[in-house]
Amino acid sequence: MDYWLPLFFAGAMGFALLMYVILDGYDLGIGLLLPLASEPEKDRMIAAIGPFWDANETWIVLGVGILLIAFPKAHGDILTAMYVPVTLMLGGLILRGIAFDFRAKAASLYKRMWNNLFALGSLVSACAQGWMLGTYITGLGSTPFSQWFAILIALTLPALYILLGAAWLLIKTDGPLFDKALHWARSAILPMGLALLLVSIATPLVSASIANKWFTWPQGLRMLPIPLLSTLIFSGLLWLLADPRRLSEGREWRLFAGLIGLCLLAGLGLAYSILPDIIIGRMTIWESASSTKSLLFTFWGAIIVLPAILAYTFVVYRIFRGKITSLTYE
Amino acid sequence: MFELDPLVLSRAQFAANISFHILFPSITLGLGWLLLFFRVRYTLSGDTHWENAYHFWVKTFALSFAIGVVSGITMSFQFGTNWPGFMERTGNISGPLLGYEVLTAFFLEATFLGVMLFGKARVSNRAHLVACALVAVGTTLSSFWILSLNSWMQTPTGYLIEDGVFHVDSWMAVIFNPSFPYRLAHMLIASMLTASFLVMGISARRMRLKVDGPGTAKVYKAVVVIAMVLAPLQVLVGDLHGLNTLEHQPAKLAAIEGVWETHSGVAFTLFGLPDETSRTTRYALEIPYAASLLLTHSFDGEIRGLNEFEGAHPPVAIVFWSFRIMVAVGMLMILVSWWAGWELLVRRRERPSDTLLRASVWMSFSGWVAVLAGWYVTEIGRQPWIVQGLLRARDVVADHSAGVMLGSFTGYMALYVFVLVSYIITLRHLSTKPAASLQGPGG
Repeated sequence: MDYWLPLFFAGAMGFALLMYVILDGYDLGIGLLLPLASEPEKDRMIAAIGPFWDANETWIVLGVGILLIAFPKAHGDILTAMYVPVTLMLGGLILRGIAFDFRAKAASLYKRMWNNLFALGSLVSACAQGWMLGTYITGLGSTPFSQWFAILIALTLPALYILLGAAWLLIKTDGPLFDKALHWARSAILPMGLALLLVSIATPLVSASIANKWFTWPQGLRMLPIPLLSTLIFSGLLWLLADPRRLSEGREWRLFAGLIGLCLLAGLGLAYSILPDIIIGRMTIWESASSTKSLLFTFWGAIIVLPAILAYTFVVYRIFRGKITSLTYE
Repeated sequence: MFELDPLVLSRAQFAANISFHILFPSITLGLGWLLLFFRVRYTLSGDTHWENAYHFWVKTFALSFAIGVVSGITMSFQFGTNWPGFMERTGNISGPLLGYEVLTAFFLEATFLGVMLFGKARVSNRAHLVACALVAVGTTLSSFWILSLNSWMQTPTGYLIEDGVFHVDSWMAVIFNPSFPYRLAHMLIASMLTASFLVMGISARRMRLKVDGPGTAKVYKAVVVIAMVLAPLQVLVGDLHGLNTLEHQPAKLAAIEGVWETHSGVAFTLFGLPDETSRTTRYALEIPYAASLLLTHSFDGEIRGLNEFEGAHPPVAIVFWSFRIMVAVGMLMILVSWWAGWELLVRRRERPSDTLLRASVWMSFSGWVAVLAGWYVTEIGRQPWIVQGLLRARDVVADHSAGVMLGSFTGYMALYVFVLVSYIITLRHLSTKPAASLQGPGG
């Protein structure tokens, strides 16, 4: 129990954060793309995330919640070290969230302002999350090199979100907006690929303990499928985007599915790099875990409630399946 | 030289965040149930006025909910960014309580809110009713868990301390700690009253502007009846809560009453200026024996004074005054709701008098004032402790520089003022719109 419970919660936390990146990733991506669209298209883009964004955002609360519940000692260290990016992210999330609701209700005079704030909030949140991820991977390092690394991820994570946003629009829209989304996806795919590559190269450089895991023989061999599969999926995405017919009616989900695969692999790679540490090089998940009694109390709740959450999330996505037409929404 | 203390700034920032945050859940918690009531009334009677009421008020609900969610996320992160010691010491207790809030409430309300706001044309009426009910249940469950944790910080039970770290002895004793039932009841009624007076106030404005004629009048009457029942009930619950505080947090109670020295036959101070340097209340207007009578149910009952808690009692003036503001607003609520009841139910007037409507408009945000004042009493009244009697706030604060803290505090404040102003402007704007013009999905 003392061994397995922290491992379970580390897995659950990873799962929640992965869900967050994929789900709120497409919300934030659509926010980033918003300034590029025409006024009526903006309404449809927002309508494409309308029923989902609130629940999507909740995954980060669960992620940080599990950090707090299961690993209270690491929770404080991690969040105090990331004070500036976390504060920026929260400011961004506040702006994005309220702009979503205000833009539909305020006098039309202010709608343009709320659209701009929606985009700004999304941009600040996306970059701040990249900064947080970068800081985390370097083991909360504060050397110039690790700070540059954090900035590198801050600038590249938005590319992934843009691609997720465009892929979601392919599923939810048709007509000229669909074509625009396809164009956006095409423009974002190479920057994202480059970013992924840079991050993969830089990560072992910036953290010796990660390098040790990936580049020692034969330990590194077991993890070879991750980079290989990632390359394969990425090539597949390029192939999909090369010809619009490969994403035509009934097949438009392929790009999003491919991106989920890519995020999953990146998540697994990251988990392998970090575990069993919770703060790289400083603290393991067992050293920072709550008492077993407290973990067990939450464990029973989690294994009952989490499947229910996934089930009703699935039901709600079923209810709102299909393309949005401009008639369905105001 | 005047120096900024990071502890003071961290406290001010958290106080600003939690004050801003609580405004919105205190609306949605009550309004969620009111919306369900409107939907049920329509389903049972087929009266489209209730459906219109739903369509109008769901907009305010969606807006308030969104602000509540994003400011709530801020709070959940600030436990770690500013008060890391709190989680390190009490994580075994506060962690699971917050965890259950996320698992049982946050996902439920956020997910079904989507169906509630956008799904009306896509699901059956019954399924939509279920979604509305689940959102209302979700917000209530959320308050259950967070108030349980807050109450535990006020009246901790069911714990053991080993090497400075709290461990759970009994979950039942932790969750259902002594002040929890009173605080939960007090807060649930407070949010029903906050929502009712907001609906009353905005409906009064709509009646004066002659928007949605008879429909608005029906909504107005319905919330008047709710307020008439709940406002006096709140006094009763508040009184019980006060007796509970007397038993478990005597220092807070002494600050509320401005009792400097332990004595019997204590007078109730209506007004006065508590002065901590001279440890007296200046210009006190007192009712002899009233405090003893209220709290101990006997004229010569003894009340423990602040002298017993020197160095460990809250700042007196702010607790003393917040309490009086809360009570005064509560009395105003009783007055206005009963006045409205007298006009609508006894005199059976078709249209309430213009004076009443004006008074109702003035009372639109009275719930906010009472809720904030009440929370200041309970939270500032717990100081200097973060967990009453066991853990001090200054021992758990993060070690940020004053510069960083000043930057984040200013940023948050600017954002909150901007959002609050936008919110009130938008509510005013919405209140001039006929419900029919707001129809269609999209909250």
